Amino acid sequence: MKGWWWKGLSVLLLLYVVFMGLHTPLGPALVHTSIDRIAPGPVTVEATGYNTHFAKESPQVWLENDGYRVCATAVTVNSDVAFSAQFQVPSGMQANLTSLWAWSSVDGPIVLRDAFFTEGLGQGMQGEGCAVGTAERTGFSFPNRTILNETIRNLFFHVPMWFTMMVLMTIAFWQSLMVLRTGNLDKDQMALSAVDVSLLFAVLGLATGSIWARATWGDWWTSDPKLNGAAVSVLIYAAYLILRGSVPDPHKRARLAAIYNIFAYVLMMVFLMVLPRLTDSLHPGNGGNPAFSQYDLDSSLRAVFYPAVLGWILLGVWAYTLHLRTARLNSIADEANDR
Amino acid sequence: MHTAEIAQLLRLEWQLDRRQKHVWGSMALYVVSTIYVCYHGVRHLTDVPIWNALFWIILLFAAFNALGRSFQREDAGRQLYLYTLASPRSVVLARTLYNALVMAVLSLLSLAAYALFIGGTPMEEARLDIFVPVVVVGGVGFALVLTLLSALAARAGNGIGLMAILGFPIVLPMLLSLMKASKLALDGLGWNVTGQYVLWLVLIDLITVGLAWLLFPYLWRD
Repeated sequence: MKGWWWKGLSVLLLLYVVFMGLHTPLGPALVHTSIDRIAPGPVTVEATGYNTHFAKESPQVWLENDGYRVCATAVTVNSDVAFSAQFQVPSGMQANLTSLWAWSSVDGPIVLRDAFFTEGLGQGMQGEGCAVGTAERTGFSFPNRTILNETIRNLFFHVPMWFTMMVLMTIAFWQSLMVLRTGNLDKDQMALSAVDVSLLFAVLGLATGSIWARATWGDWWTSDPKLNGAAVSVLIYAAYLILRGSVPDPHKRARLAAIYNIFAYVLMMVFLMVLPRLTDSLHPGNGGNPAFSQYDLDSSLRAVFYPAVLGWILLGVWAYTLHLRTARLNSIADEANDR
Repeated sequence: MHTAEIAQLLRLEWQLDRRQKHVWGSMALYVVSTIYVCYHGVRHLTDVPIWNALFWIILLFAAFNALGRSFQREDAGRQLYLYTLASPRSVVLARTLYNALVMAVLSLLSLAAYALFIGGTPMEEARLDIFVPVVVVGGVGFALVLTLLSALAARAGNGIGLMAILGFPIVLPMLLSLMKASKLALDGLGWNVTGQYVLWLVLIDLITVGLAWLLFPYLWRD
């Protein structure tokens, strides 16, 4: 059983990824307030949290405007995820938008940024206002981001699909080079199997991406350079399969398919690398949108994301070897039948 | 690199096309009749994005039509004869170069016919010193990408139909940048904005020629 350890590793990694990715809670966050506008004078705010524990420990609540803090005069906890707070809002705050903060030793500091439009602006306030707790929460959780929310878990499924597709396409590219060098039909079979499996991962990547786009951007598909690039790669490899289908002679088919694969792979890589950088894109990592690694991918996401990438790539390679073995057995069976 | 051989092959192409004048006639007729059909559909277009998109779609199909025959006209015997005479890399470079010239002329011709029938209003505000080069670069780019694919489709024994299937996904990203660049030129923006698109198109063209030069010998031998 030499040489199968990496298959076991991929299964273990993916079990870890599925368990941790779906089981780890999101960190606590404030998600909603009853009003979105405050004016000088007494103000009562009902706030809703997500994965918070207000009932366990009553939070300290304050408003923050341009670095100046206004603490609540009274806080009533209604449940784990809801409290109502009363403020005496001073006149003379400087910034248009005021954030709502809450802190408890269980949840740490949580914030709904720019929660309120502020009326009665003035010159700004001196000092920091009231003192507040700053101790961070302990415990393992994923960051709770506005708009992304629970869909942040898709990071462990959507992104590795494309990495796996790229790895398999690179294998197919390499085997196509070998076909041209040696004219070996088995190399052609290897390229074909890699393309088959990479198309499967491309379809999964499109599906997971589409669901994510619906949840965050509000549409199943948008005209976006990154999405166009994905669509183009799927079309190119579909065309590769059609080209193979239209040439009956196996040696000629191997050569023509290899030429198209090399031509298409190099151009596709150039498109995928360069095109998204030329135009604006909603997709993370392009056109001014930072990729996850720059601000969103904190250590708890990394702890699951890197194993996910490795696990999916290993699974993809494994699927490729299985598909290749089936194809080889089929061709042996065909030869036996011909005899 | 055999410059003399390439020049010789280019002259051969030119002589063949001059002898078969209907080839040029058919390309021109294809473009003009497509534009005329569009004219009956839309009359005069003044909306810049639609004018721009329709033009590129017409030019794209004209390119597929014109270049599809590039490797079709040789029967097996003549191909073998050419094979004994010239190196495959010279053949592909000569033919790519010739197709690029054909497409440069054809794209200008299309633009003239298009402006005549569909209307030239969007070009009044445009930076023509940028728009016209973008059109030519686009036509030449189509020629470079489609020459190798035309050879591939011809070898597969399956003409323009297969070439369209193989070609569309590869041409699509190029077409997107072309549309963008020409739209910017039509809006009257200068080189500082459109320059990066033109540069990028030229880069694709160079990569394509390099790939064709590398791959064609394998396609050629049977």
